[in-house]
Amino acid sequence: MEEYFIEVKNLCKTFHNKKSSVQVLKGIDLEVKKGEIYGIVGFSGAGKSTLVRCINRLEEPDGGTVRIGDKTVTSLNKKELDLQRSKIGMIFQQFNLFDSMTVYENIAYPLKIKKWKKEDIRKRIDELLELVGLTDKKDAYPGQLSGGQKQRVGIARALANEPDVLLSDEATSALDPQTTISVLDLIKEINRKLGLTIILITHELEVIKYTCDQVAVMENGELLEKGSVREIFENPKCETARNFISVYNKLRASGWES
Amino acid sequence: MSLYKYSFWEVLMHSFSKEVWDQVIPALGETMYMVVISSVFVLLFGVILGLVVVLTGREGLFPCVPLHTVLGAVINCFRSLPQVIIIIVMLPVARLLLGQSYGSNACIISLIASCVPLFARLVESSLLEIDKGKIEAAKAMGSGNARILFRVMLPETLPSLIRSFTNAVVIVISMTALAGSFGAGGIGYIAVTFGYTRYQHDLLFATIIVLIIIVQAVQFCGDACSKMILKKRHLI
Repeated sequence: MEEYFIEVKNLCKTFHNKKSSVQVLKGIDLEVKKGEIYGIVGFSGAGKSTLVRCINRLEEPDGGTVRIGDKTVTSLNKKELDLQRSKIGMIFQQFNLFDSMTVYENIAYPLKIKKWKKEDIRKRIDELLELVGLTDKKDAYPGQLSGGQKQRVGIARALANEPDVLLSDEATSALDPQTTISVLDLIKEINRKLGLTIILITHELEVIKYTCDQVAVMENGELLEKGSVREIFENPKCETARNFISVYNKLRASGWES
Repeated sequence: MSLYKYSFWEVLMHSFSKEVWDQVIPALGETMYMVVISSVFVLLFGVILGLVVVLTGREGLFPCVPLHTVLGAVINCFRSLPQVIIIIVMLPVARLLLGQSYGSNACIISLIASCVPLFARLVESSLLEIDKGKIEAAKAMGSGNARILFRVMLPETLPSLIRSFTNAVVIVISMTALAGSFGAGGIGYIAVTFGYTRYQHDLLFATIIVLIIIVQAVQFCGDACSKMILKKRHLI
């Protein structure tokens, strides 16, 4: 078995528009071990979102490779990619639940893609709702839920097909601090219980500190610094990391974090 | 009864009389026939055309920019013609298809030619309202394009699509009245022949009352359907 479960090599992506082109990813290398929670922190516009969206190819990279387990994601065809995607859960800042479906139907969506039997779907959804603590909201519509509850449904939906990887794209950025903590606790819990490898994108260092094992600091399409969360906090090497930590300390000093 | 001889009030009162409605009710039947049949076709073709335009767009599920551009141009061509001109242009087409260029069925052809492109544009803008994130979420779960279309895009935008269709039906109704002056019969024919040419303003008033009631009813039904769905989803 290889040492790293997810390996990103020399990933490049350029966005073009009529007048100019912007290089958003400038040859990213990233290695994530199985069962780790890997945080990527950066200011907005750093390219974090594009990076994580290249991992399941919501965004097609221009160059470089992404490997998850023994699959090279970047060389899969459409059909294989759809199959692989069902093994990569993803949660979003805006939750992206389907308003036309109940909580139950939302979570059933990925299972129906995989042609699960009705009976099995029901069982699986009961398990998932139990896990995210929303058993009583089974027949509610997303419109009836709070932000935190919506994200829990998002997590249940992402976990439905028993993925190996969970991608979290600013999943807590639209939530208040208290709800953020409870969602992060849930993410930690599923990491522990299910052994899921998690890549977590955020612009908030406190989220990294609270949740992650490893962290990479991203700016301008490059990963400036990688290491354990502790290392970065104790000995930040790049300017951006120092910047983040000083903001973090200021917020803490003013008693923002409870 | 003409407004030149009688007072407004007398003409208005007479527009509710039996002899007026004996003429208006059969015409109403013709109008409803044209509106219902045309609306069904407009719904069918409009949704299909609108979907194809959205799906083949640069950001669509099945990008095909040449087709997207051509369809857009064709729709714009039809949209740029005033309805009167479309009716005239479609008369030979109706003769080709049905063997006659007058009557309700011929009018339906013009109605379809005029309202399908209009409704297709409305469908397009309804479908583009969907939050792109939802489509992305579906893609990220490994969903095929057909499933995204039928399980996500259409259901998510249904309330807006219903509103668009309501608007289209109202336009179909107004155009049916216009087509009445080109041998289509129905309410429009009554209004032009009796109301305009013969100064029978009581009949003209009756057609106005009928049209207002129909349009109100259509608008009410459309709004109610759309609201009911939004309420069920707890979005309002």
